Amino acid sequence: MEGQAEVKTLLELIRSCATDLPKDVEAALHQARDRESGAARKTLSAIIRNSGLARRRSVPICQDTGTPVFYVTCPPTADRKSIREGIVKAVRGATGSVPLRPNAADPLSGANSGDNTGVNTPPIHFKEWGRDCVRYELLLKGGGSENVTRLYTLPDARLSALRDIGGVERCVLDAVHKAQGNGCPPYVIGVGIGGMADSSIALAKRQLLRVIGDVNPDRELRAFERSMLVKINSLGIGPMGLGGKATALAVKAARQHRHPASYFVAVSFGCWAMRRGAIEVEP
Amino acid sequence: MKLKTPLDEHTVRGLTAGDQVQLTGTVVTARDAAHKYLIQGGKPPFSLNVIYHSGPIVKGGRVISAGPTTSIREEPYEADIIRDFGVRAVIGKGGMGDRTKAALVEHGCVYLAAVGGAGVLIADKIRKVKAVHMLDELGPTEAFWALEVEDMPLTVAMDAAGNSLYRRVEEASLQRLKALTL
Repeated sequence: MEGQAEVKTLLELIRSCATDLPKDVEAALHQARDRESGAARKTLSAIIRNSGLARRRSVPICQDTGTPVFYVTCPPTADRKSIREGIVKAVRGATGSVPLRPNAADPLSGANSGDNTGVNTPPIHFKEWGRDCVRYELLLKGGGSENVTRLYTLPDARLSALRDIGGVERCVLDAVHKAQGNGCPPYVIGVGIGGMADSSIALAKRQLLRVIGDVNPDRELRAFERSMLVKINSLGIGPMGLGGKATALAVKAARQHRHPASYFVAVSFGCWAMRRGAIEVEP
Repeated sequence: MKLKTPLDEHTVRGLTAGDQVQLTGTVVTARDAAHKYLIQGGKPPFSLNVIYHSGPIVKGGRVISAGPTTSIREEPYEADIIRDFGVRAVIGKGGMGDRTKAALVEHGCVYLAAVGGAGVLIADKIRKVKAVHMLDELGPTEAFWALEVEDMPLTVAMDAAGNSLYRRVEEASLQRLKALTL
């Protein structure tokens, strides 16, 4: 990822992510609209019209172009430093050309870096694989949906949530109820079960990369995802929290081992503008 | 129903939660840093008759995407700002809390919901950027942008009689949540 060509490829990934809603998300929004009536239907129609306009004009779907979160899968021999530099270069370029809204501010001074880069920004997660190529996955994660993230520790007496799948269910329902319309529903909901406090949230957020119609190979979680979607949509929060059937488009869950003393459940939210994309770059 | 700025008290007290309106005139963006600036004594050089919770993308003097941001973050400030600046409408998404709700009733103001994420549709309703305040100090996302809008489509979500569409949804969803987790 030293070459100009790779930076250009990444720049195009960012541009298409900000301006072109994934087809599976758009199809799910159409299905949701067809089930709604009244104000909820009008809201979803506006959302769908907005996405079409953004794609045709190649302008950002939402003014909050989010924090670009990169998930890189590379061969063990890959030069991570140059991959990182390529990403930073592409993010700087995209801020001017797409354009992305400058979304990296110093927490104490408030000073905005102006180019979406800074300390630990953009976040880049690495893992290895046996193939020769490098896979880049990207989430453009908006602030509204990020702010409704929840982390629970089981057991939770207030929720009557024990250390089992029933307890996890209570956490997810509580998180969605607390979020109401603040994170721009209908949501894609990522659930991370187990791990440590940080890895639990990371696992939940990583689920947002999954395609809406994919099938979880974990049979127990597959059943959990399906039943949670029905229950969440029975809450009636609806598009933008103004009431309706479509509170979530999908629920995606994953588990990881935990310390015997800890039982974390993390819930991460993607807004309806679930902007994600992936590319593979051959060596 | 069509509305024109400046909005007066009589007009906004005539609106009811659930009404669909199209707003024409001037709205001023203000989000986190702008609210903090106002509460600390800052005075923008233009009227805050209508506040819009938004951090738009502006390129070459044109607004290209300008949906609402989450309003509840401004809850600690909004009631005082409504009182001190004579605000008649606050535009945003997700709704606001009890203190703001009380201020809407007391001072005669409404909360109007825009469709979150619909940045391009809303930008199409913005005719021009009239002025900007605190651009260098707060940056383009947090600055006060005075925008001229035409027929901006909005829903009256919290009215000046104390009705809130969000409160109804929240209460109904709480009942449902309790039934699911018996």
